[in-house]
Order: sequence, then C-alpha cells, then structure tokens
Amino acid sequence: MNLETMTALELGAAIRKGEISAVEAAKFSLAQIEKYDKKFYCFVTVQDDVLQRAEEVQKKISSGEYTSPLAGVPMGIKDNMCQKGIQTSCGSRMLYNFRPTYSATAVEEIMNAGAVPLGKLNMDEFAMGSTSETSWFGATKNPWNTACVPGGSSGGSAAAVAAGECFYSLGSDTGGSIRQPASFCGVTGIKPTYGSVSRFGLVAYASSLDQIGPLAHNAADCAAVLAEIMKQDKKDNTSVATKGVDLNAVLNTDVKGMKIGIPTDFFGEGLDKEVAETIEAAAWQLEAMGATVEKFDMPIVKYAIPAYYIIASAEASSNLSRYDGMKYGYRAENVNDLLELYTKSRSEGFGMEVKRRIMLGCFVLSSGYYDAYYRKALQAKALIKSAFDKAFEKYDLILGPVAPTTALKIGENLSDPLKMYLGDIYTVMINLAGLPAASVPCGFDAKGMPIGMHLIGHYFDETKILGAAHAYQQVTDWHRRRPTELDKI
Amino acid sequence: MVITDELVTYLEALGRIKLPEESRAKAQSDLQEILQYIDTLSELDTEGIEPMSHALPLTNVMREDEVQPSATPEEVLANAPAQKDNYFLVPRSFE
Amino acid sequence: MYNAKVWETVMGLEVHVELATKTKIFCSCTTEFGGEPNTHCCPICTGMPGVLPSLNKAVVEYATKAGLALNCEITRYNKFDRKNYFYPDLPKAYQISQLYLPICRNGGIEIEAEDGGRKVIGIHEIHMEEDAGKLVHDPSTNSTMVDYNRCGVPLIEIVSEPDFRSANEVIRYLEKLKAILQYIGVSDCKMQEGSLRADVNLSVRPVGSDTFGTRTEMKNMNSFKAIMRAIQYEANRQVEVMEHGGEVMQETRRWDDNMGASFAMRSKEDAQDYKYFPEPDLIPIEISEETIEQTKKSLPELPEEKTRRYVNELGLSEYDASQLTGSKALVDLFEQNLAAGYPAKEIANWIMGEVMHLLSDSGKEPEDMAFDYGYLGSLIGMVQKNEITRNTAKKVFKAVFEEGCDPVQYVEQHNLKTVTDTGAVKAVIEEVVAANQKSVDEYKSGKEKALQYLIGQSMRALRGKADPQTVTAILKEILG
Repeated sequence: MNLETMTALELGAAIRKGEISAVEAAKFSLAQIEKYDKKFYCFVTVQDDVLQRAEEVQKKISSGEYTSPLAGVPMGIKDNMCQKGIQTSCGSRMLYNFRPTYSATAVEEIMNAGAVPLGKLNMDEFAMGSTSETSWFGATKNPWNTACVPGGSSGGSAAAVAAGECFYSLGSDTGGSIRQPASFCGVTGIKPTYGSVSRFGLVAYASSLDQIGPLAHNAADCAAVLAEIMKQDKKDNTSVATKGVDLNAVLNTDVKGMKIGIPTDFFGEGLDKEVAETIEAAAWQLEAMGATVEKFDMPIVKYAIPAYYIIASAEASSNLSRYDGMKYGYRAENVNDLLELYTKSRSEGFGMEVKRRIMLGCFVLSSGYYDAYYRKALQAKALIKSAFDKAFEKYDLILGPVAPTTALKIGENLSDPLKMYLGDIYTVMINLAGLPAASVPCGFDAKGMPIGMHLIGHYFDETKILGAAHAYQQVTDWHRRRPTELDKI
Repeated sequence: MVITDELVTYLEALGRIKLPEESRAKAQSDLQEILQYIDTLSELDTEGIEPMSHALPLTNVMREDEVQPSATPEEVLANAPAQKDNYFLVPRSFE
Repeated sequence: MYNAKVWETVMGLEVHVELATKTKIFCSCTTEFGGEPNTHCCPICTGMPGVLPSLNKAVVEYATKAGLALNCEITRYNKFDRKNYFYPDLPKAYQISQLYLPICRNGGIEIEAEDGGRKVIGIHEIHMEEDAGKLVHDPSTNSTMVDYNRCGVPLIEIVSEPDFRSANEVIRYLEKLKAILQYIGVSDCKMQEGSLRADVNLSVRPVGSDTFGTRTEMKNMNSFKAIMRAIQYEANRQVEVMEHGGEVMQETRRWDDNMGASFAMRSKEDAQDYKYFPEPDLIPIEISEETIEQTKKSLPELPEEKTRRYVNELGLSEYDASQLTGSKALVDLFEQNLAAGYPAKEIANWIMGEVMHLLSDSGKEPEDMAFDYGYLGSLIGMVQKNEITRNTAKKVFKAVFEEGCDPVQYVEQHNLKTVTDTGAVKAVIEEVVAANQKSVDEYKSGKEKALQYLIGQSMRALRGKADPQTVTAILKEILG
C-alpha cells in the first residue's frame, strides 16, 4: 500500500476495511510533515494530540459510530478556522497566541465525520493576499518549486496536499483563495455556493464573500468533504439549506451533452500564453468527451476587480476593528493611554497588506465617498450576478483560467500590490456573484508549474462541477502527478 | 481622487493604525495607484440598478427567544491580555 | 434663568430603551440586569474572532409593537447596518444598528403643551440596535474594567423631531412614552437600571426665528429630575454664550448630577465618521402586512383610550383619569382593585391622594411600589366596613407602602380596630368630660371651639379607634 499516492477516499476505504488503522495513517502523515514541512512550511501549528485523536476515531470506526468515507483520514485546517483549544492565528502576529474556546461549525462537522486534524495551515495574514507570503509566521513554499509561491491565501492548505503532508484540507475563499493556490500547486479545490457551508467560526475577512471549501487530490475527494460540511447552520444567518453534494452522482457523471461556455473576456490582456493554450486544450478534452463548448462575451469582467477590492476592503476594515488589544491577541506594551494602546497594538500586530486594505476600506466607507465607491460596487455586484444568471440559462458550466499565470517567484509581487490584485481577475467575480467554482489540474507550463482550469457552476451546482471534474480526471492524469521536489528530500 | 498626505493621516486615524515612517511614501503611492484602478468602476453604467448586498435572496432568518447557558467568565477571559476580578482590564478610558 | 420673551429653547430627544426580551439581540445569553461581571456573555456578545450574529425574533416583534403603539409606519423591508467606532465597551468595534432602513418611521405622541392645549411630538424614526458593555473605573490600577454583561442587550432608539419647546414638554413626553412602552410590555423602562435613557439635543434661538441654532447633545441623565435640571442648565449656558457674543459649539456634553452641570466630552480623536455600511452577516427582514395587522390587534388598551373609558364609564375626573393612566403600575394598582369589586372613585381617590403623596415623598417611581396591590383594596374594605377609621387607614397604608406588610395583620397586631361598642366609647368620653370641666363650661356658654377641643381629647383617649362623627354625636349627647 503506497500511502503517498493514495487519495483521501482510497485511504478512508482502506481504514474501513481494516487494511490500515487510523493511527497508522496519522503516523504516516506526521512523518510526512516531519520530512517535508521544514522545506515547505505548510503548517503553522501541528497538534500534539493527533495520535490520541486517531485512536479515538479508530475506536468509533470499529464500533460503527463513524461511517463517513473520510473517517480516520488525516487532514489539515486553514489557520483562520477556529478550533477549540488550538491556536488560531490567521497568519497574524495579532492573534499569535489566540486559542478559541469554541470551534467553527465546519470544523465540528468534519470532526463529526471522523476527521483526524493534524494542525493549522499557513495562510496570508487574515486571508489577504494571493501568495501566502504575508503570513507573520513566514512564507509557505510551492512543493513544485520552492523558489515559487504556493498561491494564496490558502497556500498552506494547497501546498500541504500537494506535498502529501495531509490527504485533504479545509481552505477558505474570499476572492480566489482556494482556487488560485489549488491551481498553483496542482491540486483540486472548490469554493461552494455562498451560504452553503457555515461561516461560523471562520475568522472573517470579507463576510459577504468568504466561503469555506476543501482542497484535495481530486474531485471525488472534494465531493466527499463537501458532503460532510455543506449543512445549514442556525449560527450563521446567511447559511442556506442545500441539497448538498451527491458523491455517487459525482462519481457517475458523464459530460456528454453538457453545455460549457467560455467567456472570451477571460482571454484578454494579461493572460499568460501557455495558460491560455492549456485551458483551451482542456476545453477540447471536454469536447472530445462529448460536451459542447462555446465562446460567449461577458464584458462585465473588467469591473470585477474594482468592485471586489472596494467591497472586500470595506468589510475587512470593519471586521478587523475588533483586534484592538483589549480582549485577546496581541497587546502593545509601554502605552500611556487608550488611543495609544489601540494604535500601537494594531500597528505592531498587523502587517503591511492588512494595513493597506484597512486604509482602503476606511476610505471607501468614509463619509462623502460611500455612494461613489461602496454603493457603486454593490451595483456592479448586482450586474455581475445577472450576467452569470443569464449565462447559466444557456450553459451548464463556465470554463476558463483560474489565474492569469502559473505560480510566481517568491517576492515577485509583494512590492507591487496592484499587480498582485490584478492576478485575481478570474476568481473574484465568482465570489461577488456567490457562485460555486473549482480549480481542476489540467496541465503544466514549460517550467513544470501546474495550471488549473476554472469550472464555474450555477448556484448549488457543486455536484455538476465536481462531476465534470471527476469525469475529466478519469481520462487525464494531471491531478496524479507528484512534485519532483519531493523526491529530492 | 488624489491621495494626499493628510488623507493618509486621516485614514490612519480612522483605522487606528500608524504606518512606519519609512513606508509611508510607498503606501501613499500604492494607494494612489490602486484607487486610480478602482476608479475605472465609475465608467460602468449602474443607473437604476439596486445595490446588492446578498447574492441569494434570503429573508427572515431568525432565532427563537430562548435562553441558553452563557460561557463561564474563565472562558470569556481566557485570552484576555489583562484582567482583574473577572473584568477585562484596559487603559483608563474616563476623562 | 434667561428671558423667555427673548430666547426660545428647541429640543429633540433620542431615547434608548432596552427591550424586555429574554435573550440578547444576537446571541442566546440572558438579558437579566446585573449579574457578576462577564457572566452573561458568550463568544458572540464579546466579539470573539469568527463568530456571527443570529437575530432574535422577539426583538423584531417588540420593535414592531412599539412602533405601532407610537403611531409609526412600519418598514416592510428592513436591513441592519454597521456603525463603526472604537471604544472598549464595544467589543466588535462596531455596533449593529439600522441607518438606512429603520423599522419604524413617522410616528408621534400627543402631549399637553405649555399653553394647556394638545400638541403632537413627532417621532422621526425608531431603529433596532445592540447595547454596549459597562466600564468601571478602577482607582487602584488607574485603569478601566470592562464588563460585557449588558453588551448585546436589544435596544430600540426612538428619535423624536425637534418639537420640544420646554423642559415640561420633554418630561410629559417621556412619561407618556414610558407608560406606553410599559403597557405594551416591551420594556420595564427603569431609568435607574438604564433601561430607559434619554439624550437631549438642545439649541436656543431668538423668539420668532425660524432657523435652528447650533445644538449640543446631552447624555448621562439618570432621572426625570436630572433631565429637567440638565435642560435648564444647558439652555441658560447657551443663552449666556450667545449674549456674550460667543458661538455655541456642536458637541456632546456629559451631565454631572452631583455638580449640577454638564461638561463637554473630549471630542473623539477624529471627526465622527461612523463608516456605516450594510451588515453583511445579517439578511433582510420582511414584515408582512398580515403581521402588522395581527400586531395591531394584539396591542392592549393604550393610555388615551383608557383615559376616555375611565371618564366615560367609571366617572373619574379627566384629571384623575389621565394621571392614573400615565403609569402602567398605577393602572395595574387601580384595575386589580377594581376587578376585586372596590368602587372606582374610592380607589382613584386613594391613588391620587396617599399613593401619589408617598411616591413623591420617597422619590420613588410607581413601578418601584413593592407591596401586593391587593392590600390597597383590603384597606378600602376595612374602611367601608367601619373596621378602621379613614385616618387609621392612612397610617396603615404608609406601613403597607414602606414595608409591604399585610394591612389586615397590621391592624390586628397594632390593635387599631375601631371601637364599635358605643357603651365603651361613651364611658371614655364621659371621663374626658369629667376631667375638662372648664371646656364644658365654655362650650355651654356658647364657645364652639371648646367642643373641638373636647373632640380632640376624646379621640386622643380613644387612640383614634372611633371616628370623629360618632365621638361628636356622643359628646353632644352628654353635654346636652
């Protein structure tokens, strides 16, 4: 049994059959972390109770209490999801010592399915960034090339799966934070429909856009995870009742007869030629499998980034106001008064990108500018949603690139925030519209870096997206390739 | 929209943060650049479009008025940087 | 006091009322007043990372009720907004409130105006929001201690139009507002516990002017009396500033009741830029026409209707009726004893007389009355049955009011029953007559005053256990 090439569902099946125990699986993952994580730095925290948890889970599997196909499978959780008693720091000095007394609903749900969490995964500070370089704890490296970023903000979640340090992970996606690192690291990741996974306990970046989702080796694993965490939650007033994800339907999807649309506006200026060609090749592959692929215009695309950065920064500036050194987290020392405590704690606790977005958010909400910026952005959001609604009258799925490039070199964009923001062009509009979308490995560039295709569905069409991805993964092997770096360690 | 030094100072005050002196100029020009890009949104015709906060048309999700046990003060104060007699302790905030 | 012929005071009120729901507005912690510090808290009301608000249905119901009782239009499509500012009593550093679409608008309350006529005070809007925590100064560490028990208790803020022209109008409005909110049961409106807090926006202008002067906002008045004083102080202060050629600054002022003065609060570090925006964590609330109609039907009889009924059906005077209906507690006291079969006028007389008197002497509000309301009826019954005299009853009621004791037991224990045996009364009076021969002579020579003296002496000897009419009759009989 080669655990290194096993998917989460394969491992889960082996555990259920008694071919391997949950404890052995956990030991394997801990060894993988030991072996690779010094190099990639995916985990901010490795839990010290992993083996106890694995033992407990194994008992409950044996007793028939845990029946999930994922029970006993070691996994990782992005460091912005609260887990009772475990440091939850959001990649920030501000929360370097924060241990919540409660768990995120998604964490509880996956635990109820018998997950064995290994620890907390690195990320851009407060999920702001697309490189995982803004973490106060240090940058995560791309397992395909350690000179490159893994993408972000769920960089740790993507890299840990790619490096085989865990079998799947939970990430969060506000403007592409699951899909872009999945694309950069050659793993499969999906952001479900807004409201379908509870946000309770997910440390908020931009509340109207944040959504939790899985990253894994393939679409079937993602479907299995989603099936556990897509549940309506009374603790989140924006959460909705969904029909969930049907793993069987995913596994039996045929793309024959599916209508797939490709927005021509996704192929404009800024898109890397190799990425464009790879995405087109993926479209042909789907066509070859019986889908109809058609191009269409979606001119609203160019307004997505401005609208996204207005809304996300505005909400972030408010959401991050609670970090004031009063109740938890970092508190500056040697201060004379209240104002100084606020200012010093926040200045020392937050990094530059967070400060920038707070200032941008304060600006667009400040009196006199609200209508021109925030209100206007909410109108753009309405237009983006209706453009997608219209497109989905014709198409089952929309296909395009996840990111304009493959993984960038570490430090390449850090000093040019606008350039970094422009990299989010294809992903942010999905969050604005609240739609589900996945990144599915579909090739490599000449330098050997992975490329993901973006599969976008209409509201609650997670099963359709993952079904098409699964069908694609039955005839391709991009998702099975392992980073060559791994063999050098 | 021009990001002046005064505006940077005002935004710092609103956000209760202070940029390090050495990165102030860079932050100002970065913000300027970002805002210039964001301003392209003004070209979009949004006449008569209702601003949309939530993509899904949900309404009236509410909870029953039933008391659940509160947390213990130990839990509430578990992460407090400073505390006294089960109160959070903060710098003097009275005139 | 400034010259009212020259200057006019213009005021508007912002009244915060804590709703009497069982749980907080966005979490299931209790709203109970007090409690050990930070014991009515959870991750949600203390603003921990990642938590989300979950709206309490009862808050929307109570706010709708209040709006209808205050003659407002109910907003069919409601949203919540965030008001952002930093302060240690606000753990999220934003308050969830309603700016753009408040739940109620365009209401009003009719009050008696200064000239004796009726006047409507407009209600601009009512919105739902959450209360903040409490700050306590700790002298030993020169720090501030924060208790979040109150944080998240639901509030409605009732914003009036600038329709007030005198402190009396303000008090009348507040009394009526309080009575209505208590009637409909949405709040206990206890000022001492902070469940009703009124901020006064005040400006002055020359009489005859139709523009508004610069206004100040006054906070921290904990009683109607304090509001009265604060208004007088601030109006005088502003007139003085203007008369000395100065300019009134727009500012928030904190009333210090001990000092009898208000002080400008240190202006916030920046301009008041609350950066309002729609609360993304809460979805819109739609209130249907049907719900509004049902709520309307469920409203109890409000002060105005009650007053009319008391006058028309119970024969109370207009004045007595409106005084009674001005307080939920007085109405309860009245109606409970009415239901027990005691005569309306008699109960009303007791309330208007002894109850009001004792309330004003003790500085208590009607809702502070701690005795069993039925005790007033027992007393009235004893008087009706001539078991005690009216005077005795008044004394007993003082004990009932102050100590909450049962009047029947009290009368027994203190042996206060009227002596009904006329023979015994006569014997005592005869002794008094014998001991006061001088007065007897004076009376017989035509001095009426002497009789009064003898009645007094007899009552004294009887320790008030007989009523004066009986005593007088017996005396006259003895004296021929």
